[in-house]
Amino acid sequence: MAILVIAEHDHAALRAATFNTVSAARKIGGDIHLLVAGTGCTAAAQAAATLAGVSKVRVADAPHYADQTAENLAALIVGNAAGYTYILAPATSFGKNLLPRVAALLDVAQISEIVGIESPDIFVRPIYAGNALATVQSADAVKVITVRPTAFDACGQGGSATVENIPAGPDLGLTQLVNRELTQSVRPELGAAQVIVSGGRGLVSAAHYHALLEPLADKLNAALGASRAAVDAGFVPNNYQVGQTGKVVAPQLYIAIGISGAIQHLAGMRDSKVIVAINKDADAPIFQVADYGLVGDLFKIVPELTAAL
Amino acid sequence: MKVLVPVKRVVDYNVRVRVRADQSGVELAGVKMALNPFDEIAVEEAVRLKEAGIATEVIAISCGATQCQEQLRTAMALGADRAILVETDAAQAEVLQALAVAKLLMAVCEREQPGLVILGKQAIDDDANQTGQMLAALLGWPQATFASKVVIVAGRAEVTREIDGGLETLSMTMPAVVTTDLRLNEPRYASLPNIIKAKKKPLDVLRPNDLGVDIAPRLTILKVVEPPRRQTGVKVADVAELVAKLRNEAKVI
Ligand SMILES: Cc1cc2nc3c(=O)[nH]c(=O)nc-3n(C[C@H](O)[C@H](O)[C@H](O)COP(=O)(O)OP(=O)(O)OC[C@H]3O[C@@H](n4cnc5c(N)ncnc54)[C@H](O)[C@@H]3O)c2cc1C
Ligand SMILES: Nc1ncnc2c1ncn2[C@@H]1O[C@H](COP(=O)(O)O)[C@@H](O)[C@H]1O
Repeated sequence: MAILVIAEHDHAALRAATFNTVSAARKIGGDIHLLVAGTGCTAAAQAAATLAGVSKVRVADAPHYADQTAENLAALIVGNAAGYTYILAPATSFGKNLLPRVAALLDVAQISEIVGIESPDIFVRPIYAGNALATVQSADAVKVITVRPTAFDACGQGGSATVENIPAGPDLGLTQLVNRELTQSVRPELGAAQVIVSGGRGLVSAAHYHALLEPLADKLNAALGASRAAVDAGFVPNNYQVGQTGKVVAPQLYIAIGISGAIQHLAGMRDSKVIVAINKDADAPIFQVADYGLVGDLFKIVPELTAAL
Repeated sequence: MKVLVPVKRVVDYNVRVRVRADQSGVELAGVKMALNPFDEIAVEEAVRLKEAGIATEVIAISCGATQCQEQLRTAMALGADRAILVETDAAQAEVLQALAVAKLLMAVCEREQPGLVILGKQAIDDDANQTGQMLAALLGWPQATFASKVVIVAGRAEVTREIDGGLETLSMTMPAVVTTDLRLNEPRYASLPNIIKAKKKPLDVLRPNDLGVDIAPRLTILKVVEPPRRQTGVKVADVAELVAKLRNEAKVI
């Protein structure tokens, strides 16, 4: 059994979610190959070769992989799919965009965002915003799967896989990147942070969000997150959103401040190890998942908390 | 240019779903059903394109049991001109999977020749997030998933997408497939006159066989269970107690 893991990277380095995806591949068991498709991606390929459990890194280096468009990547993957019984990618915006396209071209189902592996063909995945867990069995010859990164530990390093260059696939010329605005932050990445300080509509304005939460996050070396309401109100950019349609996180500590705890928000953070909720409404649903709840006015509590740390 | 909008009938997002005692799925009997929220956004976007004179006709399509007609009527009340139901029996509808839906949609695209297909990014029941990407693959069209802005200029679609790191804008050839994210637009409410008008708009019914598509599922659901419950936590009195608990009990700071 051979497994192809699609590496998510920025040409220079691997994205953290790739490590978790390799862990899931190791759990399935078999010969693990990593595909690095990029432009001038030697550094990423070299990093890939050190991942524990990976036997081979296959590198396709060509200008038309610069933008990582699904159309060109899917064509490359399908052209190199022979011999693999599994194709895996992280369930990030990258993997979710790409893998269904691959599956359809192979005429197989795609299994989204698995959180558990019961046997080589039986997987567990959340449905209904995590309010239910489905165990599904695949009858397809090739299993195309996205892996929820928070459900699998990052794989180790210290491996020494062989690195093989493969010919580039076609440039389909369907899409062009016009512009990419990535949010710059000195803080840890949401998906990988140990501590997350997350704010909701209760913070009232962008100014308050930043004035209250930044000092707290500084003290805790935390990433900042937000509810959808906070993003919609323009407090922070879209990539801060935690939830069913935002990011799924599972830090050691998640502090929800002025967030009511709608099921769509809980879907993104309910697997955090410790949850703290600060909310003035004692009946807010967030308290049902919080390990420690503090009822009161966040405008008073948050500065106190920051000062106490 | 025609715009095709696939819409799914799902459990209303406000409903707290319950798992069936026999673990065969979630309880759907007597539960409020609705148009998938992302599909409402897709309909709105298509209708706006028509209002802007870019689209000529907006066609809503749903694959599933007879009851999907309700959601198609809603889509028409929101401004879709006509609707297509690809009707299956109830048992088939329960196990209709993304690949099968994508194949049905592809067959309809071949008949209708839309310039754009706008889908939701995910259906909030199965949370699959696949159908649009699969349809684009089957048709060999470009795709722009998780869209927060769509502009049609000079025969190309310029779509801004919500990605993990921020935003990106892609320019693509048409016909194309777009899937909607929450911030693309705010859907209007259907007015009473429009709800009444929608009852008279055409709704065609096809069967998967008419389209020559095999809709057999590839995945078997073995069981559906509730996720492990979190232990009920405690309320703390003040910041001092919170900090003490986090330090000494939870040991996370
Ligand atoms: C299809 C779909 C997908 C969605 N996806 C997501 C998602 O991914 N992520 C997400 O977060 N949401 C998502 N939502 C939205 C979700 O349903 C809620 O609307 C949203 O999470 C609410 O955000 P909030 O808790 O910040 O705001 P609110 O629900 O308005 O809560 C604000 C809270 O702040 C408290 N508060 C106010 N003032 C103070 C104060 N001074 N001190 C202390 N507390 C105070 C209030 O008591 C209240 O509980 C989705 C919705 C839909 C329909
Ligand atoms: N049965 C269906 N009928 C029509 N459209 C559907 C159906 N299932 C999914 N879709 C469309 O595909 C999108 C993504 O769904 P999914 O891939 O199932 O998460 C939805 O938002 C709809 O636009």
